[in-house]
Amino acid sequence: MTQAKPLSGKILTKTFLLCSVFVLMALYFLAQRFIYGLGAVTHMNDGYPWGLWITYDVLVGTALACGGYAMALLVYVFNRGEYHPLVRPALLTSLLGYTIGGVSIFVDVGRYWQAYNLVLPWFSQLNSVMFEVALCITTYVLVLWIEFAPISLERFNQPRLLKILNRMVVVFIAVGVLLPTLHQSSLGLLVYIAGQKISPLWQTGLLPLLFLLSAITMGYSMVIFEAIISALTFRRPMEIKLLQGISAIISNLIGLYLVLRFGDLVWREELRLAFKGDLKGNMFLIENLLLIFPMVALSKPFKMTKPRWLFVSAALMLLSGAVYRFNTYLIGYDPGPEWRYFPSVPETMIVLGFIALEIMGYLYVVKKYPVLSGAKKG
Amino acid sequence: MDMKRRDFLKAAAGSGVLLTLGAGPAFARAPKLLLPGAVGILYDATVCIGCKACVSACKQYNDMPPEHSSLERLYDDPLDLSSKTLNVIKLYSNGTGAVKDREIDGYSYIKRHCMHCIDPACVSACPVSALTKDPSNGVVQYNKNACLGCRYCQIACPFNVPKFQWDQPFPQIKKCRLCAHRLVKGGMPACCEFCPTGASLFGHVADLRLEARRRLSLEPGQWYEYPVQTVTSSFKNYRQVSLYVHHIYGEKEGGGAQVLLMAGVPFDKLGLPALPDQSDANRSESIQHTIYNKMIAPVGLLGILLYKVYINTKDEE
Repeated sequence: MTQAKPLSGKILTKTFLLCSVFVLMALYFLAQRFIYGLGAVTHMNDGYPWGLWITYDVLVGTALACGGYAMALLVYVFNRGEYHPLVRPALLTSLLGYTIGGVSIFVDVGRYWQAYNLVLPWFSQLNSVMFEVALCITTYVLVLWIEFAPISLERFNQPRLLKILNRMVVVFIAVGVLLPTLHQSSLGLLVYIAGQKISPLWQTGLLPLLFLLSAITMGYSMVIFEAIISALTFRRPMEIKLLQGISAIISNLIGLYLVLRFGDLVWREELRLAFKGDLKGNMFLIENLLLIFPMVALSKPFKMTKPRWLFVSAALMLLSGAVYRFNTYLIGYDPGPEWRYFPSVPETMIVLGFIALEIMGYLYVVKKYPVLSGAKKG
Repeated sequence: MDMKRRDFLKAAAGSGVLLTLGAGPAFARAPKLLLPGAVGILYDATVCIGCKACVSACKQYNDMPPEHSSLERLYDDPLDLSSKTLNVIKLYSNGTGAVKDREIDGYSYIKRHCMHCIDPACVSACPVSALTKDPSNGVVQYNKNACLGCRYCQIACPFNVPKFQWDQPFPQIKKCRLCAHRLVKGGMPACCEFCPTGASLFGHVADLRLEARRRLSLEPGQWYEYPVQTVTSSFKNYRQVSLYVHHIYGEKEGGGAQVLLMAGVPFDKLGLPALPDQSDANRSESIQHTIYNKMIAPVGLLGILLYKVYINTKDEE
């Protein structure tokens, strides 16, 4: 079924050590956050109660981590078994991305020591989109760890445990597709209740569907992005045929997304806001123009599927998805003229530390666990 | 290959339909109505003299610390609501600022605090029921023992009322609780009790609405007995009526509120958002309830997924 093997090679590379410096700096600021409160390290305020952490770590981070979800959808739901070699690396980035997203939420919430209130039935509030998001993401992190468990069991040579786990794997894969479908759409619906505080360019009842479509597309783009980077980094052959197959899906999904996005704006008669020439309008244009190149380049008639163009297309799509989330939650969010927000240096350092930790995790795991397939010693 | 891609798109569209059902108003949840026992405040800016006795009383009876905006730091002089200030009087001023309650070349006071919405966005948003609406008097209250500090209430509130203690390692959300701790003892909100002119008036929302409509029917310059403290009070402030903007803010805005505002200057000039009649809570819950309607869609989707994954992993073996 799989020929995935751990890459050998030393762990303490230059990249790894550089990343650990960022992690240490982040730890310093995290300590301040827990000792002095959120105001001591962030620029979040009563007008902008959510800042870089929620927007990047949670909204963008979990969407970037949708590779595992997108590949599971393709391989196990739409039965495209030939893509199997891409599943494990995608699962690993998902595991890391979602775990970091979960940790970020814990750092971001003010009364973290009461986080368990979420699951106490007398506190649970089922009308809350946040309740759905929080519960769903937490469960999904657990599911990802369970889905990843067979890989570590392979490494530690535990055939009996592996067999039990493989028997239940159908359930975990199915749940592992259901949960991101639910919470990635809810991450869009989350901001809907902010009503008029969100610019009509982003405020729409289609938020759940747009966020879901965008997240799935980002998942496939991330698979390409990650495959090309890891092939270059570890000097391994590229699964170019498989990546080309995915690229057509991305092009179609972007097409569908843009039809919905612009159809909705035309229907609500708000499209003129895009051409006002202000920050919101310009950011809207950037967000959507970024999608044009990947949609055209990866489409069937053009088929610009050389690794270089695959990489550029995937990167642009990911950037657009990130801008969409920043636009919806920060640029398009206007609590009133008296409020301003721009992330502080410590706040940004903590985000960089989390990203560094993810890179370290990836480097460590692919060298110790059977994740990448067809590996040649590099 | 092509066939399969088409299948993929078809199925993707199918699962999309499951989720887009939310866009339609088919399952829209019924709007929430004013509770029969709802109490609130009618603030009349034309009667307000800007003495800030209400701000001071609010601090005293809610144990809130002073907040300084001036260099001398001698007085409690907050500029806006914050985690230290639950009630504030703000000033609108235009041009020469000569005439009270006039939009052009005039000025007006405006009192800001929790509106105690009939269908509060914060209550709908809170994942752990830390914000609740009292089932009898409708006061929106906060329970710190439930709160996660996620600040979703701040995102949701159209009036930016809930405030977070950014400077605390163990922070809480702070907002006006309509002095619920005084109401249970048969009292009234401190801001109303200590208002010398009756600008802040406590009472049943139904009575406050009647009083507000009565005032709108008065002629400017006419003499009128403005009740002080409570709407049914026999203690009156006899004064001439000023020209009102013909609108009771809070009667319909965002599904309605238990705090009503009247003024001589348009409300958007006083910093109050123009809100549609449908509450944001209602909009959001209508979609949420559609997607999760009796859990049919999620469970159905799970069923399909289980079947597909089972079939497809069996193939592999």
